Amino acid sequence: MDGNSIHNISMIIVFAPLVGAIIAGFFGKKLGPRMSHQVTIFLMTIAFVLAMYLAKLVFMDGQTYNGTIYTWGVSGSFQFNVGFLIDRLSTMMMLCVTFVSLAVHVYSIGYMHGDPGYQRFFAYISLFTFAMLMLVSANNFFQLFFGWEGVGLVSYLLIGFWFRRDNANFGSLKAFLVNRVGDFGFILGISAILNYFGSVDYQAVFDQVPQFAASNPTLSIIPGLHWSVITVICILLFIGAMGKSAQMPLHVWLPESMEGPTPISALIHAATMVTAGVFMVSRMSPLFELSQNALSLVLIIGSAGALFTGLIAIVQTDIKRVVAYSTLSQLGYMMAGLGASAFSAGLFHLFTHACFKALLFLGAGSVIIGMHHEQDMRKMGNLRKYMPITYVCFLIGALALSAIPPFAGYYSKDAIIEAVHASTIPGATIAYWCVLLGAFVTALYTFRAFFWTFHTQERMSDKVRAHLKESPWVVWAPLVALAIPSIFLGMILVGPMLYGKPPLLGDAIYVAPQYNVLAEMAKEYHGPWSMAFHSVMTLPFWLAVSGVFVAWLAYCGMPSLPEMFASRLRWAHATLTYKFGFDDFNQFFFVRGCRRIAGWCYRVGDQMIVDGFFVNGSGRVVQWVSRVSRHLQSGYLYHYAFAMILGLVVFLSWLVLG
Amino acid sequence: MNFVIPDVVPAIPEIFMLAMTCIVLLSGLFLQRRYPSLPYMLSLLALVGAVVLTVALYKHTTEITFHNSYIIDHIGSILKVTILGTCFFVFLYCRRYVADRNILNTEFYVLCLFSVLGMMVLVSAYSFISLYLGLEIFSLPLYALIALQRDAARSAEAAMKYFIMGAVASGMLLYGLSMIYGATKSVDIAVVSQVLTSVPASQNLILVFGLVFVVVGVAFKLGGAPFHMWVPDVYEGAPSAVTLFIATAPKIAAFAMAVRLLVDMMPLYQVEWQHMLIVVALVSMAIGNFVAIVQTNLKRMLAYSSIAHMGYMSLGLLSGNAQGYSAASFYIIVYTIMSLGAFGMVTILSGKGFEMETINDYKGLNSRNPWLAFIMLLLMFSMAGVPPIAGFFAKLGVIESLVEAHLVWLAVLALVFAIIGAYYYLRVVKVMYFDAPEHQSRIDTTSMDTRIAISANGLFILVLGIFPGIIFNLCKAAF
Repeated sequence: MDGNSIHNISMIIVFAPLVGAIIAGFFGKKLGPRMSHQVTIFLMTIAFVLAMYLAKLVFMDGQTYNGTIYTWGVSGSFQFNVGFLIDRLSTMMMLCVTFVSLAVHVYSIGYMHGDPGYQRFFAYISLFTFAMLMLVSANNFFQLFFGWEGVGLVSYLLIGFWFRRDNANFGSLKAFLVNRVGDFGFILGISAILNYFGSVDYQAVFDQVPQFAASNPTLSIIPGLHWSVITVICILLFIGAMGKSAQMPLHVWLPESMEGPTPISALIHAATMVTAGVFMVSRMSPLFELSQNALSLVLIIGSAGALFTGLIAIVQTDIKRVVAYSTLSQLGYMMAGLGASAFSAGLFHLFTHACFKALLFLGAGSVIIGMHHEQDMRKMGNLRKYMPITYVCFLIGALALSAIPPFAGYYSKDAIIEAVHASTIPGATIAYWCVLLGAFVTALYTFRAFFWTFHTQERMSDKVRAHLKESPWVVWAPLVALAIPSIFLGMILVGPMLYGKPPLLGDAIYVAPQYNVLAEMAKEYHGPWSMAFHSVMTLPFWLAVSGVFVAWLAYCGMPSLPEMFASRLRWAHATLTYKFGFDDFNQFFFVRGCRRIAGWCYRVGDQMIVDGFFVNGSGRVVQWVSRVSRHLQSGYLYHYAFAMILGLVVFLSWLVLG
Repeated sequence: MNFVIPDVVPAIPEIFMLAMTCIVLLSGLFLQRRYPSLPYMLSLLALVGAVVLTVALYKHTTEITFHNSYIIDHIGSILKVTILGTCFFVFLYCRRYVADRNILNTEFYVLCLFSVLGMMVLVSAYSFISLYLGLEIFSLPLYALIALQRDAARSAEAAMKYFIMGAVASGMLLYGLSMIYGATKSVDIAVVSQVLTSVPASQNLILVFGLVFVVVGVAFKLGGAPFHMWVPDVYEGAPSAVTLFIATAPKIAAFAMAVRLLVDMMPLYQVEWQHMLIVVALVSMAIGNFVAIVQTNLKRMLAYSSIAHMGYMSLGLLSGNAQGYSAASFYIIVYTIMSLGAFGMVTILSGKGFEMETINDYKGLNSRNPWLAFIMLLLMFSMAGVPPIAGFFAKLGVIESLVEAHLVWLAVLALVFAIIGAYYYLRVVKVMYFDAPEHQSRIDTTSMDTRIAISANGLFILVLGIFPGIIFNLCKAAF
């Protein structure tokens, strides 16, 4: 096996979903629903199987590949290529993306059954998978940006998939606009890289970084203030990550994205696309490691998000929104891990989270199918009686999310909390408290949703109850497929991923020696089982358990408790239901403000100045000039000859006499 | 007197052309009764043969013969092939028009062929004598062509105007050439340019004096303002078939004359002629674009548009660098092809007994013949300079060369005029696509060969826009 075969395999992995998307998108009407899902799923299966084979090549045989496959454009000395960087990081991401995508493809057969946009849906999710694979396999910023925008586009299309619903359109627009803010930072970051390094190729940039950092150049955007170029670049890139990975304060779009079909929420808004920011920051680790300020920012934004968005989840009544806010919170954890320089821990959480969050979303989707597209938990209750498989799977997902050992989430989240604890960069102490309290909050909202949905008395209408039954196998089979890694992935990966020598991700990420918190933690590590047993001695474990207990108490033990809380602590309850006011602030300040400014610009700038003065005005002037000057053409020969002589005389007097 | 027999090989295409023209004339006289389309066929054959010969004789080196009065070089060959090809298409478009209107069939083709012969001589001329000879051979048939419909008052008026103005311009050119002859004691362009190297411009008023007259003569033939007055009247007054011919091939011949007299002969006086050409270009772009807006007759509108286009082309010439010259030659070739298509459209759409002359006639063309409307759209977009059609790259080329020559202000003005000009081209498109047709009947006045020809013409503009290198590289190699 040589690099050539990796090249070919990755080509097939990346482009197979695109082929599927084209077939289902353009010929879906002719093929019919059945053929469409068969073709897309078949191609996804190929991609997944090959991704596994690729993983074997990369992890077992230690091969990597970095090469250009197509030169898209050359402008001066800049080259824009399409190329693959297949190393341990991108292989892990490809495996994760194809696995979840395949599960979601299969699940969608059941969930989208009978929808008029069935083929369109399959075309979109295949297209999404293609864009995501382009993103993770890129070997340059240009292709990264292509994938980045590609997933953003498909996300927008899928949130507004049911485009006849106002909420869906609102949600997709919001997602699009908020992501624009992030992308603005991102493209400025890429431009800065192109400007200072003269290349958009990862390898070329990273090769120059040590030398570049040694000279520590600064730039002053505001006169008099000198900022380190590396910090500016990192912060700009991180703004991009904030948009895509829904970090505060750009997180507001993710809850709205739940207007899309549930499989999408699982695939795009939980498992893959929203983790693109985490992936990108990890990919850029050689840059971020050189800027303590940027790392601090990542750490604080991430940990604050982990706690505060988790709090909001406690008061949600829509089952999907609970899971959505929980995604925000978990993304905060991942970012906090990256900020603490524990890139492996952040990515580890990314992988485990992809499994258990997709599981929770698909579980919620299964409940929603059973409840005939009712998402309000106030109208559910005691569903374990009707949907036993969903119940068990959801419980596994909830345990994993709440970080109860030995489920997958425990290992990754505990590693992040420990890493933040061990970190010494500014802001680490506050961050530690945030992620620690977050552990309690996570367990609380997760099990609140769990008890409220599957236990307590039945609150649904009789009509719904009459049809309540377990979902078909295409729906629960992916649940089971995702439940398995949700249990075992943590204990299998924790050793090699975090403490392996060399670590599983190898040299795909770079950690500066002074920030290497994982190396500190490795001294305390004695295998997954000992870690799980040891957890009863630690604070996070007891916080999580008490979270579960409080949830049980409030919804099963003493059902009057939530109302008491709501009435006694009205201000706290209001703060949470208003989501700390982010949405209202945006609505008031940005949306209304923009509309005001736009309205003013339209009236004064557009209607008066541009339309009135320039467009119509210049049009009138031109018309006037035309009408006047056409009279020069009188039709008389002597006028013509006179004009000619005049021209001659002017030239003569100018050149000869002048 | 020692008379050396000159090498006639470089002039074989012209000799062939002359012979064929005479054959066409005779065939029209004696055989047309029996074979009505024989002159037409022979004319096409003459053009094809001349193209083949020109290409076959083409070498990468420059050759001068006939006692320094005749040159065969790269740019000359390109321009000759373009002239011949243009004329070929003109004949394809005109056949029906000429037949329908009882225009003297043979005479039309013969006069056109004689004119083409004159243009070929002019393109290859390398002394004042051969240059003037070519100029007159190509001009005189044009006057006759315009008046070919003898009973049409409009045509007669146009012919008279053109003839008298042409005579004045011709006289001015001759006067200018004689001044230069007086100062340099030679009529050979090569010798003159050699002599000029030792005479700085500031010291020789006679030369500058002569140069002014030469530029006026050239500008007249190109139809640049303020020597443009004949253009609208002639274009409108002549029968569409003749307008089609006048609006295309002669532009190339005039361009060749400009290249020989200004670029080849007087490169050292570039500052002087640059100033004059700046004025000509600016006034042409202004008058052409502004006045075209208010026209209601499509032929007249296209006439003003041609004035504006000659302004743009001059921008390339006046840049005074190789890039500018090649951009100008690319521009003139692209313009000729566009103009060929546009006037060709007017000609082929005009059926028996009616002319498609006014812009209103084109209302709803899309519903009457969508394919021809699309070709017209391509042509109009190309003239307006909409990417990715050839007209855009032509404009881009000259504007680039202006920037290269540090004449950014002129480039900006050229763009402003281009924007103003876009209005009237787009109006034609609007009329074709968005206005309700006045007649519902489908237009099917075209025959198969013209349809193919006009499609090829329009699509070539598009292809040339996507791959401008096909011709641009040829032009680049010429300077």
